Order: sequence, then C-alpha cells, then structure tokens
Amino acid sequence: MTINNYNITSADIKPVYIIMTYIFDGSLQGLLTAVFEYFERKPGETMLKSTEMFQPQAFAESFTVITDATKADRVWAGLQKKLKKEWLRKFYCSYLSEVSEAYNHLFQFSIYIFKHAAGAESNYGNEHVIALSKYAKSVEREKHRMEAFIRFQKTGDGIFYAGIDPDFNVLPLISNHFKNRYADQQWVIYDLKRKYGLHYNLTSVEEITISFTNGINKQNPASILMDESEALYATLWKDYFKSANIVARKNTKLHVQHVPKRYWKYLTEKEIL
Amino acid sequence: MFDRIREKLNILADAAKYDVSCSSSGGTRKNDNKGLGNSHTSGICHTYTEDGRCVSLLKILLTNHCIYDCLFCVSRKSNDIKRAAFTVDEVVELTMNFYRRNYIEGLFLSSGIFKNADFTMERLLLVVKKLRLEQNYNGYIHLKTIPGASDELIKEAGLYADRMSINLEMPTEAGLKLLAPEKSHADVIKPLDFVQKQITQFSADKKLIKHIPKFVPAGQSTQMVIGATPESDKDIMYTANAFYNNFSLKRVYYSGYVPISNDTRMPILGTQPPLLRENRLYQTDWLMRFYGFKVQEILNDANPNLDIDIDPKLSWAIRNMQHFPVDINTADYKMILRIPGIGVMSAKKIVQARKFGKLRIDQLKKIGVAYNRAKHFIICLDSPYQLKDYQGTQIKAFILAESKSKYLKTDNNQMILF
Ligand code: SF4
Repeated sequence: MTINNYNITSADIKPVYIIMTYIFDGSLQGLLTAVFEYFERKPGETMLKSTEMFQPQAFAESFTVITDATKADRVWAGLQKKLKKEWLRKFYCSYLSEVSEAYNHLFQFSIYIFKHAAGAESNYGNEHVIALSKYAKSVEREKHRMEAFIRFQKTGDGIFYAGIDPDFNVLPLISNHFKNRYADQQWVIYDLKRKYGLHYNLTSVEEITISFTNGINKQNPASILMDESEALYATLWKDYFKSANIVARKNTKLHVQHVPKRYWKYLTEKEIL
Repeated sequence: MFDRIREKLNILADAAKYDVSCSSSGGTRKNDNKGLGNSHTSGICHTYTEDGRCVSLLKILLTNHCIYDCLFCVSRKSNDIKRAAFTVDEVVELTMNFYRRNYIEGLFLSSGIFKNADFTMERLLLVVKKLRLEQNYNGYIHLKTIPGASDELIKEAGLYADRMSINLEMPTEAGLKLLAPEKSHADVIKPLDFVQKQITQFSADKKLIKHIPKFVPAGQSTQMVIGATPESDKDIMYTANAFYNNFSLKRVYYSGYVPISNDTRMPILGTQPPLLRENRLYQTDWLMRFYGFKVQEILNDANPNLDIDIDPKLSWAIRNMQHFPVDINTADYKMILRIPGIGVMSAKKIVQARKFGKLRIDQLKKIGVAYNRAKHFIICLDSPYQLKDYQGTQIKAFILAESKSKYLKTDNNQMILF
C-alpha cells in the first residue's frame, strides 16, 4: 500500500492506545460524581475535563458525567473517611483554583487515594499529591492576600464595601474571616470577575449579585455615595503609609515582591493623592 | 481640625517607625461579644512599606515629648524637632476607623516619657481601656512598657494588651551606658521579669479557675539596635539567647541603626544602615528558634562574627564537614534540618515521603529542596558517585560561584532564608 509515496508496512501500524475522557460540568459535585462513575464503570486510564475545555479528539473515547448529588455525597463521605481535615481543605482549595488541569489532578488524586491504604496522601513522591499541594498553596496565598489587601470604603448608608477580582474563586474561603472580624458592621465584598459577592447583614453572610449602572467605577463605586468621613480616613491612611517608610532602607524590589503590582488597585495607600 | 490631626499623625508615626517590631502574631483574642475585631494567630501584613517591611499595626507614639536624652533616639530632649501629642480619643478614633476599613490588624502604641514614667503609663492605659471596654474592640494591641512605671499600672495594662515589649536598645550594658547614661539594662529586666511572672501566674490560675482574664496572651518582645555601638555578633546573639531563655520572649528584634545625628559616638548621618548584617542576625535567630542550633555552635570565640558572604547555616555546615554527607533516606529529622538548602517544610515532607520509598533527586527538587546547594551535603537514591571528598572551602567556592550572579543582583538588604 502506498500513500503519498511513503511505504507503510504492517510493522509501522502500532495498536492505538485509547484514553478515555470523562467530561463534567465544572461543578464540585460533578467532579465527585465523575469519581463515582469511574469506580462503577472501570474504564481503565481516564482523563477528566470540564465541558468548557473539552475538544473532541480522534483516538479518544469520551463519556459525559451527569452530576448527581447522591453519588457526589458518597464520594465525599469516602474521602472524609480517608483524609484528614487538612487534606480535605487542600482538595477544596485546588477545586477553587478553577484551573482545568487541577480538575484532572483532583480526579486522579481521588482514585489514587481510594486505591491505596490510609496515609497515601503524604506520599510527596506522587505527582497528584504534589500537584494538589501546589494548587492549594496558590489558592491559600490568594485567600491570605485578599484578607490583607481588601480595603473597605464606608458608603453613605453605613455599609463597608470592597470590590475585588481575585485570581481564584476565594470568596467561599474568606467569608468566615470577615464575618468573625467585622461582626458589628455591615459589609459587602464583591468579586467583579465572577460577578457575585458576599453581604454581611449583622447576622449572616448572604450571596448577592449587584447590577451596576453603566459607566460606574466598580472598584470605587461612586464617590457621591461615600460617607463623609471616608475621605478623611483614606487621606490619613495614605499619610501614615508614607510616614512609616524609612527612606534610608528603600528596597523597591522587595516591596513589589510582597505587594505585586496587580494588587495595587485595591490599596488605598497606593492611590495617587 | 483635619490638618491638625494630619500633622500629628505625620509627626507621631514618623517618630515611631524605628521600632521594627511589626508582628501581630500570637494573639488569640476572639470576637465573642460581637464587637469589632479579633486576632489572627499568625498575624496579617496588610501592606508593605517601600522599604519592604510589613505593615500590620498602626504604630504611633502617644507623644514625642521626652524628658530623656538618649543619643540614638529621634525623640531625645536635645533634638530640635516638632513635638506633638495625641489625645486619648484621637488614638481611639484612628484605631477604630483604620481597623474598620481593613487597613490594620491593630495598634502599636508607644510613647516618649513626659513628666514621669507613671504619668505616661497611665495615659497609655487609658487608651487601651477605652478601646477594650467602651468600643468593644478585640483587635490586636501591642503596648510598650514604660521603664520605671509602677507594677500596678503594668499589671493592669497587661489585662488589655496582647503583647508588651520593652527595648534593650543596645546589646550590652556598656553600649547602653555610652549612649544613654541615664538608662541601664536593669530598668528593662525588672518589668520584663515582672510581666513574665504575671503571665506564668495567670496561666497557672487558669488551670484552676476557668474564667480568668487573659494576661499579655501574645507574650513579650524586645529590640536591640545594631551597629550604633561596636558589639560583635557574638555579643548580640548571646544577649538575645539569654533573654529568650530567661524571660520566654516571643521575639527579639534586631534593628540596623539608621543614623539620625552627627554625634561622633555613633555612625554619622549618611552612613548606610547595616542591612545585610541585620539579615544574618535574623537568620541566626531562626536557626536557634526553629532549626535546633545552639548559639554556641554558630558563634564562639573562634568565630565571633557571622560571615557576610554566606548565610550562617551554610557557614556552620562548611566548618563541620565531618557530619556530611547526610543520607536523606535514613538520617534523623534533626540532622536533615541542618542541611543547607533544606528548610523546615521540606524536611518534614522528606521524612513523610521516604516512608513510601527511597527518594530520588527529582523528587527532592519537587518537594522544594534547593538542590544545587544541598547536593554538596547529601546522598539520596540516585546521587552521582563522588570520587573525592571536597573540602569545606571548595564547596563554599562552588556555591558562591553558582549563586554569584543571583547574589549580585539581589539587593544586600533582601531577606533570604536558607
Ligand atoms: S526615653 Fe525613649 S523616647 Fe525618650 S529619648 Fe530615650 S528612647 Fe527616646
């Protein structure tokens, strides 16, 4: 047989190794359901992708996971039995990274955990264990940064407002911190990228969406609405930031390392006077 | 009114900034009364100054009026500067409003000494009481103990503050006497000791009686100024070590002297602050507190000063090559901690991971080991066979050559931990 002048002999035709691809809807429940289906169907080597990322390929088979709360709960309960709190947290954080490869690592990690005796998660020689540690670390860092860099502005109706656009979906992680700390003031933290926010109403934290009027600056939504003391304290804070600096020790590189430029837009002290 | 408060803040923040302690950690106060604030056990840096230091507390003096004349201090009596004083309410308002906007973790309040020690301490006490009792404020408070204040005032303040500190200022008594003849280390030791005894007493009582109030729950700290007087690194770290041991201090801070006067008893204006030396002292402090090193192993009569070109952990390893190479797959955790290029986190991961099989180079790298540095000191499963034993000095040359480019590019004052 001759195609395009190349001679192909039977020796060149190797068996195609087909990898199964599971497709899920991007939700945590969906991901956990996928793990359930894997053990139910035993498809051999399998990749997990979200609907968004999935592109049909030749030599690949795929299966669409239908999210199922009961199946998801069973998998989660199974993980709870095998993993300590710290690792359940890493698992959840990796999911909140919203990185598409993280979804597959979570899937493979779960399979690995269920196939091995308790304690397998401390095998830092395993690529999925390392991957989850890394995702969780980045997400926790972003969480920590938001707790540090959020700056509330007091609005005319007494609510403390902050607009943010974090790299990862960290609102679920920071909610408790702000609730416990700012228990005696109403506040709103709004994720401008994911278009939802948290509102604390002095009793509980509720998820909200805000429809902004066109043209409004969302980071700094309407100077007209601000409390009259807002400008005073913002100015005092900027002054303080300048006074605290020791010019003889100037170290811009270190400064930027700690406060990467992409966060400057949050910071009152970085606004130009 | 607006301008007045701005001016005060500028003066009193400026005068307070040389106290390097920024830590807001170790607090355990919860927001139980639905008031404002709590303390985060590990503390949060809300921003960083342009010199790269953490800003977590509103650090101010109540006043910069002072009856003393310590040569190393901007607030000294003989210095010709603007003076100001906050009212108690002004400090309370500033703290509350900064805290509500998530600018800060809390307040660091210190003061020059006006009239006398007790008069000053009383004012400080008024501020913290008002915050805690009237404003339901549960955020962090770091309060300076005023040397010479009465035990009753110090004891009461300890019920509201999370941390208290009092500065040694100079690492040795002789150094202190040179620059502040009116002061002595004894003035510092007495309140440190008093507060420490109270902390012990309160926690003993707490075991018996449940609802005992907290007393300085985040412990005490102190600060030494480095490079204003001619002490060796050994003098400095032996003093630090003694204070850690005798008063269970949470932290000792080392502050590179930033020249503020032309008095010839100290480095004059325009002299660079000794930032690299400060960094090496902090590294030594970490080795003592988290890596199981005894201060005598790092500094002794044969080595009274730290190397400037390499960090103290590497320096120790090179002087003690008889302990190396260490087998990653069998050695004690304690010994793994001592390997240059391996930090606490990596050491812990190594000890866990090796239970699943002997570790290889690529796994060590993934775990976070700085392999290029560590390779001179370790053996793992696939370590290349070494024909000859290198001398410590040769290894130092290798590591320096390798990190030369990086080392030259980083500013001297960057904090690099192993
Ligand atoms: S007593 Fe304190 S404030 Fe006064 S001059 Fe000495 S160090 Fe400065």
